[in-house]
Amino acid sequence: MDEPLVWQGRLTARRRLMREAWSCAGGGLLWLTLFLVLPSLLVGGMAFAGRDPYGQVVWDFTLENFRRLAGFGALGWSPAYFYILVRSLWLALVVTLFSVGLAYPLAFFMAGLGPRRRALALALVAIPLCTNLIIRTYAWELLLSPQLPPARLAAWLGLIAPGEALYPGALGVYLGMISYSLPFAVLPLYTNVERLNWSQVEAARDLYAPGWQVFARVILPQTLPGLSAAVVLTFVPTLGIFAIADRLGGATFMLVGNAIQQQFSASRDYPFGAALSLVLILLTLAGLLLYRRHQRETALL
Amino acid sequence: MWQRLGLSRTEVDPLAAWRAVAPATGPFLGVEGLGKAFGPVQALDQVSLEIPRGVFAALLGPSGCGKTTLLRILAGLETPDTGRVLLDGRPLHTLPAHQRPVNTVFQSYALFPHLSVFENIAFGLRARGLPEDQLRERVADGLALVHLEEQSARLPHQLSGGQKQRVALARALVNEPLLLLLDEPLSALDARLRAEMQLELRQLQQRLGTTFLLVTHDQAEAMSVADLLFVMEEGRIAQSGAPAEVYEKPRTRFVAQFLGSANLIEARRNGQAQGVDTALGPLTLRQPPPWEAGTLAIRPERIEVCNQAPGLNGIAATVSDWVYRGDHCEVMVEPGSLRLRTAPSPHLARGQSLWLHLPPQHLEALHG
Repeated sequence: MDEPLVWQGRLTARRRLMREAWSCAGGGLLWLTLFLVLPSLLVGGMAFAGRDPYGQVVWDFTLENFRRLAGFGALGWSPAYFYILVRSLWLALVVTLFSVGLAYPLAFFMAGLGPRRRALALALVAIPLCTNLIIRTYAWELLLSPQLPPARLAAWLGLIAPGEALYPGALGVYLGMISYSLPFAVLPLYTNVERLNWSQVEAARDLYAPGWQVFARVILPQTLPGLSAAVVLTFVPTLGIFAIADRLGGATFMLVGNAIQQQFSASRDYPFGAALSLVLILLTLAGLLLYRRHQRETALL
Repeated sequence: MWQRLGLSRTEVDPLAAWRAVAPATGPFLGVEGLGKAFGPVQALDQVSLEIPRGVFAALLGPSGCGKTTLLRILAGLETPDTGRVLLDGRPLHTLPAHQRPVNTVFQSYALFPHLSVFENIAFGLRARGLPEDQLRERVADGLALVHLEEQSARLPHQLSGGQKQRVALARALVNEPLLLLLDEPLSALDARLRAEMQLELRQLQQRLGTTFLLVTHDQAEAMSVADLLFVMEEGRIAQSGAPAEVYEKPRTRFVAQFLGSANLIEARRNGQAQGVDTALGPLTLRQPPPWEAGTLAIRPERIEVCNQAPGLNGIAATVSDWVYRGDHCEVMVEPGSLRLRTAPSPHLARGQSLWLHLPPQHLEALHG
């Protein structure tokens, strides 16, 4: 017999409550299970599987994929994948730094605009989000092509040979990546900055704080939530994205995203691709955990 | 930190720097010909005033009269279009807000939500580079001053309205400013707490001897705390003086009506030296009015009810309505729709006849 109980001012029973909870959360849980939990388990399992010469997955347990990842290949030791991973992490870090660094003053500028101009500025930031990433990447190819002023200027300065484009290479990837992640940095920062209480800035000035102290002791601590959202929203996607590097990076500038994509297409090496993915997921998680611990130390709101 | 940079105390601390110079002669705070316009609105129009040291002054006026603008100019949060501000005889209006020896209690408190009560109160001291041990001592004193020792580690959102108010007060006062500005500090509190805080503010001011300048639209609040009252109307000072003086002898119609309630009587000179004709009949004033035709004011509590016709300024009236208020009765009479106060009496009735006496010493001839 189910015990009657009062919950949130309502007479009900435990079994009934559980049924209601499942009917509310069930859809979401099912979705997560089907499209997040099961694929992750599949990736985790496949990372320890092998493959036959024709690319078929062989379901045994082996650490071969991780040995290759660490550089022990058929041709002796080479740190190629290690380089790719480090390069990807470095790129994600730099792109995050630039995106957030550009977005932070932009957010203050936008929050200071009048209502109509502010709506326009928000639309300008959001429009790229509605445009296909591939189209945006092609746009960069066009912009960096040899006939246009940027490339001509670089050639005139002797940075590249005349008639060459500014891509493929690191520059193209950085430009593409930063322009891609900028809206993701601007939007959370803008919502944060817009809600800042400016009377606290006046209070700080009244309490003898010169400009830099007003920023460091009042504004910065209160924009940390927006900053951390911006950091996460740029760092994580930048680490995994491959389309931009594929178009603008060329063969010499491979990122871990491209490496994974290659395993699942051209190389037909699903287990190795899964191992790379697993390492990437673990690295991302470790980064986020570190970041959250640091956040808790700085004692946010 | 500043010692390590080879800086001296007065180079880091604006308050110490200010105090290092002996005050010049002249009033403690002098405001001269201050003007400020926001677009087409003239918020302040040639405002001049003086406040002596150690006084509790109040700026009183309806919303939009410019009192907050004046306060913000004193704090350095607004720049005046014209005029100047002198403190200790030295120009204050040329200093940026963070270098003025002035602190403010803001209407919304403006506490820092990410800092504890302790750190909120310590904010100004840290900015001024006070050594840590002195800082702890001063903050502890500040906490004790407003009875918040127990709440020291809390964050602002964990405090009640009255407690936030006290933190804002302590945060300003720990700096020991020369002048404390209070911008409607009690308006967010409920009536009982407000009355309590008024008393506490008054006692605090007397104990510390700091000059306070309170901005308020609440005439009862201004009168109960202040030694010196400035009534503002449309960007100008309408009248200033001790609260009792301003209340008893209002100079203008605006002051008479804004400060308490007043009966206004239209009058015209009638040939006799101190005599005027009014709708109530001829009245005698204590001195000749400054106009040919103008307005008289008399406070409800100054109108006397008599059993028989008084010799001078007597009026036969009938009760048109009355309200029992417990400690007194408010009575409306005709002619003239006069309001007056009587002792609480259950014997009043509509239509009842009364003799009223309007004492000449309480009949004020208004200037405008």
